[in-house]
Amino acid sequence: MDINQKYTPQSWPDHPETATLEGKNKFIGFWLLLAAETVTFASLFATYLALKDKGPSGMEYSAAGLFELPLVFAMTMILLTSSLTSVYAMYHMKNHNFKAMQAWLGITVILGATFLGLEIYEFNHYVHLGFGFTNSAFSSAFYVLVGTHGAHVLFGLSWFIALMIRNSKRGLNMYNAPKFYLASLYWHFIDVVWVFIFTVVYLMGVIG
Amino acid sequence: MSSIAQKKGFGATIWDFMTTVDHKKIAILYLISGGFFFLVGGVEAMLIRIQLAKAGNDFLSAGLYNEIITMHGTTMIFLASMPILLAFMNAIMPLQIGARDVAFPFLNSLGFWLFFFGGIFLNLSWFMGGAPDAGWTNYASLALASEGHGIDFYTLGLTISGFGTLIAGINFLVTIINMRAPGMTYMRMPLFTWTTFVASALILLAFPPLTVGLFFMIFDRLFGANFFAVDMGGNTIIWEHLFWIFGHPEVYILILPAFGIFSEIFAIFSRKRLFGYTALVFATILIGFYGFMVWAHHMFTVGLGPTANAVFALATMIIAVPTGIKIFNWLLTIWGGNISFTVPMIYAVAFIPSFVAGGVTGVMQAIAPLDYQLHDSYFIVAHFHYVIVGGVVLAILAGTHLYWPKMFGTMLSEKLGKWTFWFFFIGFHLTFFIQHFLGLMGMPRRVYTFGADQGWDLFNAISSAGAVLMAIGVIIMLVNVVMTTIKNERVGNDPWGDGRTLEWAIPSPPPFYNFAQTPLVRGLDTYWIEKMEGNKKGMIFAEPLGDIHMPNGSIIPFVMSLGMFIASFGALYFLDGDKPWALAVLVIGMLILFGSMLLRSLKDDLGFHITKAELLEDAKGGKTDGH
Amino acid sequence: MMKGIKKWRLFALMTTLLVFLAGCGREEISTLIPAGEVAQDQFNLLILSSIVMLFVIIVVSIIFVLAIVKFRRSKMGEDMIPEQVEGSARLEFLWTAVPIVLLLVLAVPTVYSTFDLADVSTMDVQAEDGTSTHLTVNVTAALYWWEFEYPEQGIVTAQELVVPTDERVYFNLISADIKHSFWIPSVGGKLDVNPENVNTFYLSFDQQSSELEDGVFYGKCAELCGPSHALMDFKVKSVDREEFDQWVTAMQEEEPAAAEGDLAQQGEELFGADGLACISCHATSGAGGTGGVGPNLATFGDRNRVAGYLEHNEENLKNWIQDPQEYKPGNLMPDAASLNDGEELSDQELDALAAYLMGLSVEE
Repeated sequence: MDINQKYTPQSWPDHPETATLEGKNKFIGFWLLLAAETVTFASLFATYLALKDKGPSGMEYSAAGLFELPLVFAMTMILLTSSLTSVYAMYHMKNHNFKAMQAWLGITVILGATFLGLEIYEFNHYVHLGFGFTNSAFSSAFYVLVGTHGAHVLFGLSWFIALMIRNSKRGLNMYNAPKFYLASLYWHFIDVVWVFIFTVVYLMGVIG
Repeated sequence: MSSIAQKKGFGATIWDFMTTVDHKKIAILYLISGGFFFLVGGVEAMLIRIQLAKAGNDFLSAGLYNEIITMHGTTMIFLASMPILLAFMNAIMPLQIGARDVAFPFLNSLGFWLFFFGGIFLNLSWFMGGAPDAGWTNYASLALASEGHGIDFYTLGLTISGFGTLIAGINFLVTIINMRAPGMTYMRMPLFTWTTFVASALILLAFPPLTVGLFFMIFDRLFGANFFAVDMGGNTIIWEHLFWIFGHPEVYILILPAFGIFSEIFAIFSRKRLFGYTALVFATILIGFYGFMVWAHHMFTVGLGPTANAVFALATMIIAVPTGIKIFNWLLTIWGGNISFTVPMIYAVAFIPSFVAGGVTGVMQAIAPLDYQLHDSYFIVAHFHYVIVGGVVLAILAGTHLYWPKMFGTMLSEKLGKWTFWFFFIGFHLTFFIQHFLGLMGMPRRVYTFGADQGWDLFNAISSAGAVLMAIGVIIMLVNVVMTTIKNERVGNDPWGDGRTLEWAIPSPPPFYNFAQTPLVRGLDTYWIEKMEGNKKGMIFAEPLGDIHMPNGSIIPFVMSLGMFIASFGALYFLDGDKPWALAVLVIGMLILFGSMLLRSLKDDLGFHITKAELLEDAKGGKTDGH
Repeated sequence: MMKGIKKWRLFALMTTLLVFLAGCGREEISTLIPAGEVAQDQFNLLILSSIVMLFVIIVVSIIFVLAIVKFRRSKMGEDMIPEQVEGSARLEFLWTAVPIVLLLVLAVPTVYSTFDLADVSTMDVQAEDGTSTHLTVNVTAALYWWEFEYPEQGIVTAQELVVPTDERVYFNLISADIKHSFWIPSVGGKLDVNPENVNTFYLSFDQQSSELEDGVFYGKCAELCGPSHALMDFKVKSVDREEFDQWVTAMQEEEPAAAEGDLAQQGEELFGADGLACISCHATSGAGGTGGVGPNLATFGDRNRVAGYLEHNEENLKNWIQDPQEYKPGNLMPDAASLNDGEELSDQELDALAAYLMGLSVEE
């Protein structure tokens, strides 16, 4: 692999992310990491369900009384859209259109940051209502589950930004193509987890 | 890049090991630190047996005793057995599949340093206010009630080292999936590679639940969360589930590579192909698969109800079938063979009855109603020591003798090895066989003392005597290592004479780039095939000699692990009112961690090439050294 | 010479027998000498599984020994290359099928027994007069001691469980603090005592404990619960139904018998609210509860042990009161000095307390 080799859309391989051994290794390794992440979130979900609405006697907040769907629905839409924009970015990556890829990634980052901002607003809102991390087993389980997802979003955003800045001058090559691909894969995973959070925590929570 | 071998200074050697990404050097690091922790855990074991040698002994106080049993279990499982097995996986598996290195050499180094700093962190508890004291299972209600910071050392230390192990697991999986030499199909992989593969898959799926449980415990104890605080709506049984969803596969993470080592030994020293290779492979996969469905058999007495208990009892019994398949296939491997009783083979042969004894008591405990009597008694102590010592530790001792020449280029003394074996083996049975009866006689586990009126004196005294024999065996082993290193008699590619797999086709120790040309694999036991066909060159190669691409060494893994280590101290003291600096330490540690991650990500690291000319010179006898 | 051998033989036989007997342990605590229906079921499973497993071990051992004796290199020759056998589908089938059959032999009684031992459906069956037909005991485990409440009878005792023989006794287990496990080895397997939920099971006691050498069965905590986990013992007195009823009646008497003798009366004063206020944690009548803060002492004089494990005499009692941490590290009972304005109790005061406590009895 030569990092200085220049590609044109014609010479660019169909699957640049797995065109080198390093890329292939990263590709498989990352899927395996996502398997481990899946088990992590499964454990968090199971714990959340076991501790849902559990707290000291006289606990003020339960899921049905706390969550409000409109904001969360907006967050869900924003994150789902950002997943779509990252797909566009990868489409352009495969066509060796660096500028378009950067642009779509930029949109993805903006959407992701909006999501994160809304989540911080939501948490802040709950804390002001008196639903803090240490209030009950339910609150601890809620904040750790949703907060772990939030931390993943933050990490994903930082990853995108670091990649975009680092490679802004030199464009696409066989060395960084797998990196872009994996960051995007990670972003999809975060999105899927959020769909589960939306369903299990918020929808099922409001229903009771 | 490569240069003729030269004597390096001590400091340069240390730096070399701190920055190395070579799987063989990382293996040595794992072996040395795992061996060190094995000795620490052994000393703890001796203290336990001294305390229990007679009724009403006051050699150790009650609190100290609980710290020692906790650290003995934790150290032996997480810091001794697993790292030593990881050492063999690192040293041997890439050679067995003819790979240049593991898939992610940088992550390999990171995995080691995380384990190492986690282990150090955990053991620093001895000097910083007391070790954890809630048992290696760290059940939540007791752990939350435990005073001081012992438990926090446990949770944070295991979190760090757990990340390291997870990374190692992913690395081995990718290596085996992607980097096998041409012709090395899955069904031609040596059994040790297969067991590494399955054990790595277990690591991948079993460690996350442990990490989640540990994080809950960290949040509860250090940041005021309520996952296990019963009065705040928490539930301590969640910990038990998470711990055992990890804990049961963990047993197989340990025993499967042990099976792999023994499979290699049986074939080599019987001079015979493994009987029922296919069955052995599928039994390995099945054991790994079932391993995830039986965790609640550690919780029969928790009160999960008869349905759960019955289902888990039956699921547990099923595991006896693939395990039995393995035992019989090994027996049939040596049947009709030509057995040479070298030290590794003696261990392997001794392993069969020892492990069968541990296995059958396992089935007895799968019988849930009977387990109500056996659970948490000395019977279970006897059982898991039969499995772990009779299986894993015997494999570690056997593997050390078997692979020592491949890792260090010299042979351990067979004579001293046999002395070690006899002391250790007799001591082991003397210590643990009688504990089955102590359990049946009503002795609970984890008791720091017992009254003279319980009728347990004699058997405990015998058990302690056995432990002394085991200790003597280990000391002889240390003498053996020292003497072998001093003598330094170099050996060739295949020092045992009957090597069958690729690792015996390469010099001992191998050059840092492994095979100069990737070998072509023509069947199971590929080196044996070449030998039988009289191939003088050792192997047939799949490619012409050419430039080899190698990764650069890096200090970043060490720095990242150090960052986590520092951050852990911040977290540990976060809620202590009198330590305002804790938050700063936490932040600094995290900055070091993420800063070095960022540096790694921004700085291109493209590695270097060894040219064909250098390889040719190397083959002529000049020894190339690492970068 | 022959005589010597005979003597040696006899000696060997006696030794073997002794080891065998020692191998069974003490009847107060050994699972190998079952003294109840549950323990007997479990013992039968032990024997059944041991036989099956012994069969496995024998088969493996025979193949194993033959293999390592027959095929050693010294016999086979240094250069002999054995035939490289691939395997045998028939053998694989055999050693898959046979273990499955053996496991089925074990699986059936396992499932049956699992459900049988968990069946507490008769617990709440009531006789025509509205009382339960079976005895229920609520067990509360606390840091290093056990409370036994008989809800139907309205009495509470601690550390020494009294039960009637030859009937099922039901237990509700809950922990007051952290997780413990309730185990009477010679009567039946253990069940965990969790802080978050009540666990229920039954045991039956088929032997009167007075027949035992020590007069009581030994109970244990079987889950690590802190420094004094090893000392968290309790005792079980099993008596026939008639004697049990008498004991219940005696316990139900509202007021404890007045202390007899000057010394004991002095001790009672010390024990009371105007003295060291021991009574604020320890009730002294069988009907009186103290909310599980400290063990009920109504039957103290009848007990078999002090603090659950020390020999039952005044000396140990006095040592215990003076400094409980010395004998059970981590327990929650304050030492005497902290109740007595920082001063240790005098010998005279200790004597008085001991005399009083030893006089607390509901037995004749």
